[in-house]
Amino acid sequence: METRRDVFQAIADPTRRAILTLVALQAMTPGAIADNFDSSRQTISKHIQILTECQLLKQKEAGREIYYHLNPKKMKEIADWLTPFAKMWDDRFNKLEAIMKKYKNK
Amino acid sequence: MEIRTKIKAESGKQDLVITRQFDLPLDLLFKAYVEADIVEQWMGTKVLKLENKKHGSYQFETTDPQGNKHRFNGTIHDFSPNKKITRTFEFENMPFGVQLEFLAFEKLSNDKCKLTIHTLYETGEQRDQMLKMGMTQGINMAHNRLEEIVKQIK
Repeated sequence: METRRDVFQAIADPTRRAILTLVALQAMTPGAIADNFDSSRQTISKHIQILTECQLLKQKEAGREIYYHLNPKKMKEIADWLTPFAKMWDDRFNKLEAIMKKYKNK
Repeated sequence: MEIRTKIKAESGKQDLVITRQFDLPLDLLFKAYVEADIVEQWMGTKVLKLENKKHGSYQFETTDPQGNKHRFNGTIHDFSPNKKITRTFEFENMPFGVQLEFLAFEKLSNDKCKLTIHTLYETGEQRDQMLKMGMTQGINMAHNRLEEIVKQIK
């Protein structure tokens, strides 16, 4: 696996997107993240490394453990904080509108 | 493309307001929320139960791209046709807690209407968690769409 620092490359991988979704909920140790996947710890650790290099993940040391959490500032580079959430609802509502327009013309 | 859905989430608060105008008569928008087969089409979920009445309840089920099933449910506290639905919303087996939703349906003209969803979370942290989830989901969806487009170009 080749290391890339580009944010868009980083999120192009489904496993890395899954890691982002996980740590969006709470800061996690690499071990706790790896427990959610069938891949080896080594593979997951490389994914974490890529996400950290492009600053989507931030490290926080607590005692002997390192915790990773989502860096919302960097996520903003991909899209504004609320835009994807609004987009998700907008897509859903566009569908609703299209279905009901057809319904009306029946 | 313009996004016609507005989200208002003030920092430090525990609520969220979603508004959207539709080029539809009010009764058709309301119908899209109460008829199970229509809900299934636009929400992309299976409707296991939908009782549109005071003290009724609902349960929906979605299947993610990996084939995992996720259920969510709620209780309907208030139901006024073409006006208002007040209900709870909760993911099953997920630590996100319950949220209270006020859905207000409003007629703007004969073929235009507006929906306002006011959602209250137990804490501000819970609200932010849901937003972050939506954010990563939104990115997932945008990326899937990109993949589809790229496939078509090939």
